[in-house]
Amino acid sequence: MNAPSDLPISRDAVLDADVAAANSHAALLTDSTHSPGAAAVTSAAGQSRFHESARAQVCGAATYVDDIAELKGTLYAAPILSKVAHGKLISVDCGAALVMPGVVDVVLASDVPGDPMLAAFAGDEPVFATGTVQHVGQVIGVVVAESVMQARRAVRRVTCLIEEMPAVLDVHQAMAAKSYVLPPVVVKRGDAASALTQAQHTLHGQLEVGGQEHFYLEGQVAYALPQEQNQWLVYSSTQHPGEVQHWVAHALGIDNHAVRVECRRMGGGFGGKETQAGHMAVWAAVAAQKLKAPIKLRLDRDEDFMVTGKRHPFAYDYSVGFDDTGRITGLRMQMMVNCGFSADLSGPVADRAIFHVDNAYYLEHVEVASFRLKTNTQSHTAFRGFGGPQGVVVIENIMGDIARHLGLDALDVRKRNVYGVHERNVTHYQMTVEDNILEPLLAQLEDTSRYRQRTATIASWNAASPVIKRGLAITPVKFGISFTATLFNQAGALVHIYLDGSVLVNHGGTEMGQGLNTKVAQIVADELGVGFECVLSTATDTSKIPNASATAASAGTDLNARAAQYAARNVRHNLAQFVSGLDNCGAGAVRFAHGRVTTPNNSRPFAEVVKLAYANRIQLWSDGFYRTPKIHYDKATLTGRPFYYFAYGAACTEVAIDTLTGESRVLKVDILHDVGTSINPAIDIGQIEGGFVQGMGWLTTEQLVWNDKGVLTTHAPSTYKIPATGDIPKHFKIDFWPEPNREDNVFGSKAVGEPPFMLAISVYEALKDAIAAGQVERKAVKLTAPATTENVLMALTK
Amino acid sequence: MTDQNTHPIRFIKRGQIITLANVPPARTLLEVLREDLGATGTKEGCGEGDCGACTVVLGEAVGGQLQLKAVNSCIRLAHSIDGMALWTVEDLATTNLDARPTQGGDGPHVGRVAMAAQHGAQTLHPAQEAMVQCHASQCGFCTPGFVMSLFAMYENHVCKGRVITRELAQQDLSGNLCRCTGYRPILDAAQAMAVLPPQRIDAGGLLQKLELLAPVFPAPESNLTHKSSYLSPGTLPELLRARAAHPTAQIVAGTTDVGLWVTKQHMQFDHVISVSKTRELRCIEQHPQYIAIGAAVTLADAFAALCADRPQLHDFTARFAGLSVRNSGTLGGNVAGGSPIGDSMPLLIALGARVVLMSVRGSRDFALEDFYTGYKTNVLAPDEVLAWIHVPKPAHGEFMRIYKISKRFDDDISAVCLAINLQIENDVVIKASIGVGGVAATPVRAIKIEAACAHIHWSEASINNISAILKVEFAPISDMRASSAYRTQVLGNLMQRLWLESRGEQHINLQAFDLEAAL
Repeated sequence: MNAPSDLPISRDAVLDADVAAANSHAALLTDSTHSPGAAAVTSAAGQSRFHESARAQVCGAATYVDDIAELKGTLYAAPILSKVAHGKLISVDCGAALVMPGVVDVVLASDVPGDPMLAAFAGDEPVFATGTVQHVGQVIGVVVAESVMQARRAVRRVTCLIEEMPAVLDVHQAMAAKSYVLPPVVVKRGDAASALTQAQHTLHGQLEVGGQEHFYLEGQVAYALPQEQNQWLVYSSTQHPGEVQHWVAHALGIDNHAVRVECRRMGGGFGGKETQAGHMAVWAAVAAQKLKAPIKLRLDRDEDFMVTGKRHPFAYDYSVGFDDTGRITGLRMQMMVNCGFSADLSGPVADRAIFHVDNAYYLEHVEVASFRLKTNTQSHTAFRGFGGPQGVVVIENIMGDIARHLGLDALDVRKRNVYGVHERNVTHYQMTVEDNILEPLLAQLEDTSRYRQRTATIASWNAASPVIKRGLAITPVKFGISFTATLFNQAGALVHIYLDGSVLVNHGGTEMGQGLNTKVAQIVADELGVGFECVLSTATDTSKIPNASATAASAGTDLNARAAQYAARNVRHNLAQFVSGLDNCGAGAVRFAHGRVTTPNNSRPFAEVVKLAYANRIQLWSDGFYRTPKIHYDKATLTGRPFYYFAYGAACTEVAIDTLTGESRVLKVDILHDVGTSINPAIDIGQIEGGFVQGMGWLTTEQLVWNDKGVLTTHAPSTYKIPATGDIPKHFKIDFWPEPNREDNVFGSKAVGEPPFMLAISVYEALKDAIAAGQVERKAVKLTAPATTENVLMALTK
Repeated sequence: MTDQNTHPIRFIKRGQIITLANVPPARTLLEVLREDLGATGTKEGCGEGDCGACTVVLGEAVGGQLQLKAVNSCIRLAHSIDGMALWTVEDLATTNLDARPTQGGDGPHVGRVAMAAQHGAQTLHPAQEAMVQCHASQCGFCTPGFVMSLFAMYENHVCKGRVITRELAQQDLSGNLCRCTGYRPILDAAQAMAVLPPQRIDAGGLLQKLELLAPVFPAPESNLTHKSSYLSPGTLPELLRARAAHPTAQIVAGTTDVGLWVTKQHMQFDHVISVSKTRELRCIEQHPQYIAIGAAVTLADAFAALCADRPQLHDFTARFAGLSVRNSGTLGGNVAGGSPIGDSMPLLIALGARVVLMSVRGSRDFALEDFYTGYKTNVLAPDEVLAWIHVPKPAHGEFMRIYKISKRFDDDISAVCLAINLQIENDVVIKASIGVGGVAATPVRAIKIEAACAHIHWSEASINNISAILKVEFAPISDMRASSAYRTQVLGNLMQRLWLESRGEQHINLQAFDLEAAL
């Protein structure tokens, strides 16, 4: 098959005049892309196409794993959970459970045919707890029964004898005990210690920022079906089918090729179905292996909260030095990362927090020590932003504090520190920021949101308002795009054209609602010059694209749409060669647009060309492969160019607080965000709004509370409050930054999944601004996140 | 299921009468839909009525009119829909082929396929079409629930010529959670339904069919010997006899609480008595001094009656759970459950409500606060049912406020709920009636404060004094909703809010804060 690397890679850029004009990497445009005849007319991409499943979703006809018609003989598993945070697991008494109606069996660690440890990166998690339990909610085994409710009722009759041992339940305790899942990491540049000594001003502070439950509406679920000759089919609600495949094979002690994992769609993922989905699949498969029956494992909402990892809670301790103008001269920080009982993805999450502690700001002398702390809680995992938000929030918190300390406007302090274009443009991990648009972007938002006028109005309004205080803040975001582990930045796709001219595309990415399949279909449609509706995206399947990376790091479209584009391009190339022979013209003169294939001599419907090509034995399908260029990264020193480019944005948020109760409201939000050239504006706006609201939840109402026994007491929507309809500001305006990606990326677009999440840090900063206005005597605002009513009231009074 | 012996459930779906036999009394409607009928369009998101993914719409003949309500199917017992019409997400589009437009035999002609996609191989209901047009579904898992809530809104507002404002959409959709969109497009969709080509249900035809489903079950006594039963007495005397005959049966109404015992605690009930069909208990009676709310009146209807007398309660009642829970749950159930954090009890205590208990032996009544004997326990005898709640009409000079403090404004449970009913004449407090939630094992009356309030001059100084007492009257617990210290502090601070409100101060409560109005 044709290698994609010898094909033009910047065709997108010349399709759109704006893109071409602004593209500073014109050298990448190859000769053939400059040939006007080779370019198809854009008709699918760049438009707000409806989500490819929207009509099915509104009819209840979109199938999720739990909706798949069940095979005869399917049994149902329910997990047996540890009720102790840390202890010696002495025995599991299943007698009473086994005699319950409908109960078939209990599956425990001893039933795992392969490695009793999961194939997780650090190898530190057992499939089922054995010997010790390490958090409340750790899965000890599963009960299998003829119905879900029978299995769950029987779980209540299983008695686990556990000898309690001392548990580590918070990060400070873990720090003192040097309880780590991975060794500490220090990143430094310059001499932070001296810079702090010489600084005109210094501030010392601590901050605690809570974790976050993903609360995907579809809970974790897997359905494992034994096939012939010890082969397996696993339906999994997963962002990473390849990993599920690997984990299941590892646990069953069989080769990867014997396990096929399929995922058509997830009911939300947000990072929570990256590694966590693997657990469900392994538990279901181990049970299915033992009982020789199809097994479905669907966690109920409470189990999902108790079992699966969440966004890492962070605690910070920092000293910052700055001059009279608010410019930071030195920063020393400890990041205490609550990783839970195992490493999971904590290493890269904590790394990304370090990579984003600068956010939009140049830190000349900086030293960050990151501690990956082991506690007896759920093992915290990927969650939209992947540590980035925990880096950004602390520096934004510092910016606001510096402004208040100096009596300066917070936006002025931020602008004073923002990365330069030609100088002050190298990150603390030695990557030059080449695509910096922060200054003009902030200036535009400052203007369109009427920031200056509003700060003045709010100040006078607050002075006259006895109870309610309003606050305003603009915060920027600069988010690095690419998996920091360079090897994951690769993707594959398949494009098939059938004899009726219909097109099928398959890629290694997964659809979790973010619109990946829609964007991929748009790109493929344009590549072939056919209508968007002619392209069908199908379920992700490990037997089609092998070894695919997780759909994560915002990179789903960058990677998979590019791979699909290359696959489509290969087929188009085949067709162009064929038609050029028919019409006696150069292949470059063959155009694919509006469902027709046109040469200087002839014009045929696409489907007719496909039939002719088939009759002439032309290959009508192809693979495509893409790897992100330019990136490299030294894992030992955390330096290099881990990111292909940055996505930027800024938000201006106004809030109000009640100084009697600590209640708060988000009143008004203006966002200016950089998605490059949008492949689908409606989908991108959806990602920005949805990301913002999810981030707002993280910093306001979503509070995870573990009690002194290590039990998560907020384990359902009755106690864990994600934003609801009433929390959305009346004024919620999204604008796009009008410039394509300066790096060569599919359609000139930028990744959009995670970056907008951090725009919500403007909510937190606006709340602090309002709290400052409500303080009886002016002092530093110490607001623990999430800013619940209680935490706001505490910040006002303490 | 062989030893089940419940009556068949009969309901109308897609115009057809469906009969299901031998459904266990504690089986939920969602289980029946997904597992027995294979209707997997309706989703389970939480199993406790807090996320709305399982929302379906029920239709019932009320006073000769068809009344449609969105409810949570995950905590609704299947038997409760006997005699009703049911709509799920699969039932709205005129044909329900898989949504992708089929491609023609002789190749995809771009124009034709595009048209098919636009107009659809099926006609979507405006609730669905608006969701598509507004890009209001992403992962799609909450979507069926939103569509059904929107369908009910369409029938109850658009079809009745009433405008759906953004505020109404926010209020009526507060029980539906979405984790992807940030809601803006969904609120847009709610408002866009009215401009799409209208689609009406055949109410007349449905009413006729519903008549065919009129109850045919024998008198409750005949069920004594059955291994399991779901009784739904149609009259109060039948209910009381059934209760006397089955003192251990689980009494249910909307099951917005009992439903969670099934889904979360995995409880099973062999015998269930539902009060939902008991005619007398579904009534709200207006008396000169009080209104009498039957124990089977839904929260939505009960709150509407309370708000008619006291309009200031509107925002508070809109914050009580979500609409789908208020449509199912009853005021009687909330009161009988007696949760210390139930929000209607502080209100009812402050209003001086009394509860009437009935049995075949007769009736007795109690002040609401005396009904409770401890954490979720009460004075009900085994053969007794809660029948009525009597709520006094507003007194002359009444100054009544209720404050709810929770992490999230809508559809959350109070950390603190404070209801204060004062009669003030010439700046002197004549009478004080104060109910508090979230500070003790039961909802309580703040006796010390009431005493301290009596005949005081209504001034800032006396308010400060009352605040101080309020802070020490209770020793609330610390839990996941708030710490004891916060609850105490806020109780006192809320008296300050009350004082400012009584002085006519504006913009001091975020519950109804409007930025434009405040400027």
